[in-house]
Order: sequence, then structure tokens, then C-alpha cells
Amino acid sequence: MSDPMQEIRASFFVECEELLENLFDAIQEMTEDPANKDTINIAFRAVHSIKGGAGAFQLDDLVAFAHQFETAMDMVRSDALEAGDTLVALFFRCGDMLSDLVRMSREGEDIDPDLYAPLIAELAECAGISLEEEEAEVDPADFQPMTLDLDLGADVDADFSFEDADFDAELAAILNDPPAAEIASDAPSGGGLSVHFAPKQSIFENGNEPLFLLRNLSDLSLCDIQLSFTPSQSFEQALDAPGLAWTLQLLDGDDEIAAREVFEFVDGLCELTIERTSPQTAPEPMASEADTQLIEVEAPKSSTPKPTSLPDPAPEDVPTAEVEPPSKPEPPAKEPKPASAKQSAPSATVRVDLDRIDRLVNLVGELVINQAMLSQSVLQAGLPKNTNISTGLDEFMQLTRDIQESVMMIRAQPVKSLFQRMSRIVREASAAVDKKVRLVTDGENTEIDKTVIERLADPLTHMIRNAVDHGLETSDQRLASGKSAEGVVRLTAAHRSGRVIIEISDDGSGINRPKVREIAVSKGLIHKDSKLTDSEIENLLFMPGFSTATEISNLSGRGVGMDVVKSAITALGGRISISSTDGKGTVFSISLPLTLAVLDGMVISVAGETLVVPLNAIAETLTLQPEIIERLGPETTVISVRDEFVPLFDLGVELGYRKPKPSYEGAIALLVVQEDGARSALVVDDIEDQRQVVIKGLQDSYGSVPGVAAATILGDGQIALILDAADLLGQATGRSRDLSTLEKAG
Amino acid sequence: MTISVLAVDDSRTMRDMITLALKNEDFHLHLAEDGVHGLEVLEETAPDVIITDINMPRLDGFGFIDAIRDRAASRHTPILVLTTESADELKTRARNAGATGWIVKPFAQDKLIRALRMVAG
Repeated sequence: MSDPMQEIRASFFVECEELLENLFDAIQEMTEDPANKDTINIAFRAVHSIKGGAGAFQLDDLVAFAHQFETAMDMVRSDALEAGDTLVALFFRCGDMLSDLVRMSREGEDIDPDLYAPLIAELAECAGISLEEEEAEVDPADFQPMTLDLDLGADVDADFSFEDADFDAELAAILNDPPAAEIASDAPSGGGLSVHFAPKQSIFENGNEPLFLLRNLSDLSLCDIQLSFTPSQSFEQALDAPGLAWTLQLLDGDDEIAAREVFEFVDGLCELTIERTSPQTAPEPMASEADTQLIEVEAPKSSTPKPTSLPDPAPEDVPTAEVEPPSKPEPPAKEPKPASAKQSAPSATVRVDLDRIDRLVNLVGELVINQAMLSQSVLQAGLPKNTNISTGLDEFMQLTRDIQESVMMIRAQPVKSLFQRMSRIVREASAAVDKKVRLVTDGENTEIDKTVIERLADPLTHMIRNAVDHGLETSDQRLASGKSAEGVVRLTAAHRSGRVIIEISDDGSGINRPKVREIAVSKGLIHKDSKLTDSEIENLLFMPGFSTATEISNLSGRGVGMDVVKSAITALGGRISISSTDGKGTVFSISLPLTLAVLDGMVISVAGETLVVPLNAIAETLTLQPEIIERLGPETTVISVRDEFVPLFDLGVELGYRKPKPSYEGAIALLVVQEDGARSALVVDDIEDQRQVVIKGLQDSYGSVPGVAAATILGDGQIALILDAADLLGQATGRSRDLSTLEKAG
Repeated sequence: MTISVLAVDDSRTMRDMITLALKNEDFHLHLAEDGVHGLEVLEETAPDVIITDINMPRLDGFGFIDAIRDRAASRHTPILVLTTESADELKTRARNAGATGWIVKPFAQDKLIRALRMVAG
């Protein structure tokens, strides 16, 4: 059985992510419109909710930090503090810390209070309060009693006596009140409590029900209960106290604390005395108290009286002199009721376990395959077109597509959360290298598969760091070259022709190509005489073992090169490209599939095997005419495509299915483009079809197979491998890299 | 006797906690995400007791309590405010606004139930 607390804990952390997102949005808006109360309210609520939830799970560090953070925000909310640039910057850092603490709490890591102590000190300093003061404030004190300034009319009084009659009848039933004499004889010798309770009028205004209080009290002990009524001496007194009082003798219970707890909520709204009765003294006859004036003894906690707020409008016949409370330490501030235009009603959502969605995705995958198999069977059965079966089948196919797309949409998430993380990276990175950097984001609502988003975090982080560290110049350099001191890193996302394009650009100095070339030569990555185009030089950055930082800074020199970024993107079925303009900056462009579950593929056959090549890797298909084939050696063949030599590989050979053919004249080749723009031609025997295929991972069963991305099941039930063209050609071109840089004269 | 409870809190975690705490007890629970939503639910049900958070979007706890007390049908409905330990001043404000009692977050199940029983029988 799963522990419901664990489930709530998990859902708390999910909620935290949303709250942190709101928090950062709000802080960001504060930079633009510091005076907006809605914004600071949103930020406050976010921190407050995190604190509230954290308390429930004993995440004390999180509570402690959130409390201090919230206190500062509350001061901004109440105009005690101005949200200037410094404070907003501090809020950003506190938000980052809060994210860290949330993450550490989620992972169950030990949190060293020293981690957040400096920020707490900064917050306290900004708020102008010493920590001691703050701690004193936290000290829990209970409700102060209130004096009453009520002005209820006679009609309420009448109401009250009516209720009163009800009470007594109900009480008798509940308490099964035995005659006093009987109880006295049964009274245990251990002594008990005598509770005297006289509600004031205000007790009803707050929705209290004396009946329940008495019943709760009676749960503690066998009770003897007596109602007394004291006629009011004056009109004013009648308004304050209805004159009703209950005296209860708790005969076999003497837990005074428990008895006081019963009256916790009405402290100050009633007269209450709780006394111990000694076992020797029998309870005084109640009748003697009935007509006496009530002795006002306040509960121990009572000290300074506080006025209550005004209840409903006073009836006209009440003396108004009494209406105004003497002093209101704080008017019951009413926040504006109407919803602000910015906050929309909570959208109706259902949270679903990711496993369930994945199961659905898989099932839909099966459905797609099944549908394809059915279509094929119908086709093979030779049924004529336009029969009911074939039209029905067409509709089935369309529906299947729609279902598949809808299911994929479930897994899609906006990139917003990812982008927000990047704004933190920019803040940290710019602080580390002491540059002024602004992150501009666009297209935050662009949706991609959740897994893609998760796996993009690391590569993006690295690229953003690079942009800040290497891409942008220092403020002085920028000013010298006529730019503004503040550098801009731009992060955008957009849908383009069925893929998601994410661009990371900076307005720095652009890539220093001669230096890149020099480094590549010195590291033996290229020959010193190689002729490289600008684009090819830029793409050297993606080669393993390349790092442009001549001195390793503590920021981006973490042993992760752009080659790792590239392989991470490639693993997601994505491509990355780079373009740079001298003095204007650099743009990295990542193109990603919308989903990892299906891909558009070309079904081909080679050496009797059926394979699928991802369509996005294929630039064009061509039939090899004798005149374009040039043999350079026993194992090396190139073809000439529009005045450029492209290395030719036989897929059957590369996969080890067959030996090289003596001639490739008339063969079909796929022109495959790699991420770096390098092209290669792959010889296949036949192109069978072009269709969407459902990706079935092989990782779990076979690990990573070079040149093979995954597998799929075709319409006829046959299993086909999905080719990882980039990987395959990466290995193949490794043998003949020099060729790819050959350029045909003219 | 089943007590019907309306719990209003914008935090899903808190709503979950309340749901869990009252799960196997004799309570019938309605949930709402903020004051405005709470008032909508109130139009359809007549809870015996209302639990509400203070800091909420759209309509906060104080405004919500005001609105509850303005309605004839709920003028005397007990209201428990969810508050944090350090927010004593909040309690006072809440009671001035018309709240019946309060529950200090984080709350233990028995405390919540005791508070509910205290105000709603």
C-alpha cells in the first residue's frame, strides 16, 4: 500500500515547482513594475504556500528560509519596504536559494543552515530588522481577549433567547443531565473542576456555538450543568452580555488544561472561570449563584483588551456613542474582492502519473502498428477501392493519427520552466565573470515533449554559460566597440515545420575563426593546410576535445565541451548548428522533434534487410549516374553533387551485411546531411515507403548499438531497425575525413 | 453525525492534507481553490463548517469571510482559518473579520478534527 503522506509529499514538490515558477515570474515583473501590488502578492503567496507545505513535512530549513523571505516580501506588500533594484536582485537570489532548498529537500539531502544564513542576514538587513527581534516576533502568543463594542439591536437579543431555549432542551438530551442530588452522591473523591462560562454577544458573531463547547466539555467528564440568567442592569450591558451563564461541575475530570482548550476559540468572547473543586467541598448549590451578579474573572491569558471590529450595520435605535471602538490597532483590512484581470480562474486540470501516459503512448503506438498491418492485409487481399472496408479503413487510419497526436500532446509541456532555469544560470554566470548580462526570452509557451525538456536542461545550461563567459565581451570592451555595457543573451523557442527550434544567441563579438582554426590545428583536429569554410570552422567547436577557452575559467571550464552538448542534442533526435557574425554575435540553433515516440522515416531495404532512415537526416535521394561517380581508391568512392564531392558509402557494407560491390552505377543513394553540414551519400537497394513509425527503444535490451537508434514494427509485423545516420556516418567519415573537406575547383 | 466541511486553500498540498486528515472520519468534504471558488461552492452546498486559508489569489481569506458573513445562510456558519504559527496578528485580524477559530499550520490530524468538532459539534 502506498503511503498517502508520501504521495502528498510528492505532489507538494510538484506544486513547489509551479509556485517557484510563479515566484520568478512575479519577481521578473517587479523589475518592470515595482509598484504593482498584485505582483508582490503573487510572489508572497508563492513563498507562503511553500512554507506552509514545508511545515507539514517537517522541512525545517525550508520553512526557516521561506519565513524570512516571506517576511521581507510582506514588508514590501505593506509598503514598509520599497522594491528597488537591490531588493529585487536579492529576491532573485533568494528565489534561487529557495529553489535549491526545495530540490535538496525533495532529494532528502542534508541542508547546512550556513548555506542560506547569509541570505537570511541580507534579507533581515534589507528589512531593517535584527534577527533577534524577528525571532521574538515569531514567539507564539495567543489571542488577546477583546472588549466588546457591539451594538446589536433588540431583535438579536430576542433571537438569542430563542436559541437559548433550544440549547437547554438539546443540552438535556446530550448530557443526559441527571438530577444534581444524584450526582453529588456519586461524586468521586478525587475532586473536579468548576467551569463558569458566560458568553458575550460577540461569541455568536463569529459563528461559535456554546452548545458545542459545552458538549466538548462534557466529553471530558461527567458533568453537572446549570443555566443561570442575570437580568441586565442597563441597556449597554445587555448589548454586551446576554446575561446567560452556564456553570458546569466536572465531577470526575480535573484536567484543567483540556478544559481550557475547549474554550480556546472563545477566549475573550466570554467570561470564563475554571476552578478546582476540592473533594471535601461539595459543589455549591447552583441556585445561590443564579441571581447574583456575575463576577468577571478573565482567563489567565487575558491581558490587554483589544477592540473588535464592527459587525453588521447597527440598528438605528442604538446609541451611536458606543459604536466606535476606542482604538483600532489595525483595521480589518479588506483586500479588494474583485479578481484582478491578470489572474485567470484556475484551469481545470487532472494530474496523471507519467507512467500511465507512457503506457497510453505505447498502446497508441501498438494501435498505429496494428492499423498499418490491417491496411496492408486489406491491400494484399486485393479488395477493390471504394468498398466499405477500404473507406472504413481510411477513416480508421485518420482517427488513429488523431489519437496519436492527441496523446503526444499530453506529454508536451511549455519550455517556460526550462527557460526560467536559464535566467538563473545567466544571473549566476554573469556574477561569476563580472559582466552585465540581460537574458531575453521568447516563445516560452512553445511545447515540447517532457522528456526532451528534461534532457535539454544540461546542454542549454552549458551553452548559456558559454554565451556569457565566451560569447559576450566585458563591459569595457563593449563600450569600446560602441555597444551598450549590458550584454544580451537571447533564448527563443518556436515551432517550425513540425519541429521545435530553440535558439541561443548573444550580441557579443562573434566567433574568432582564426583562433578556432589555430586551436584545431594545434590539437591535431585538422591539417594545417586544410581549406575550411567559415561554417566548417565554426563547426569545429563541436568536435570532441575542442575547447576555446585558452585559460579554463571556473565557469565554463568544467570538462564539458560543445561536443557533449551536440551528442546530447543528437540523442534527442535533434540537430544543432552555429552561425556567427564578426562583432555582432553568435547564434546556436537547435532543432528538435516534437516527440520522441514517433518519427517520420523512410523505409528502405539493403541486402535483404528492411531499415528505417529518419526523414530529417535525408536531404535528397538520387540515382547514381556513371558520370558522377569517382573512385579515389579501393575503399574510397566519392560522387559529385552539384560541383561538390560527397563521400559515398554502401549501407550494406557499413552495417556488415555484404562486401563492397564492384560498381555502384545506377544504384540508389540517400544524401544524408550531418549536423555540421557535412554531407555523405548512402547506397541502398530500394526505397519502399515513407511513413511515421513508432520508436521502440533497444537500449534496455541491447544497450547502445553503434549506428542504430532504435527499432520499429512495420505494417506487416516485421521488425525494422531505425538507423542513426549521423552516428553511422560519423564512424564512416572518420576513415575519410579529409575527403569531406575536398572542394572541387571552380 | 456527518459534518460537512468546505475547505478553501489555493495550495494543492494543503487541500490534499486536509482530504487525507478527514478521509476516514465522519466528514463530508468539499474543496475550493480560492475565495471566489469557495463562494461558488457555498452557493450549492451548506457546509456545517468552513476552513479557509488567508493568502489566496482572486479573493483572499478576509474577503471570503466577509462575504460568508454577508450571506444570510452562512452568517453563523463556523469558520476556521488556516494560519501559520508566527502569524498571531493574522489570527486577530481573522477573528475581527468574523472567523470562529483557527488551525495552525502544519496541523496534526487530531488537532484538525478537534478544532472542527469544537466549532461544529
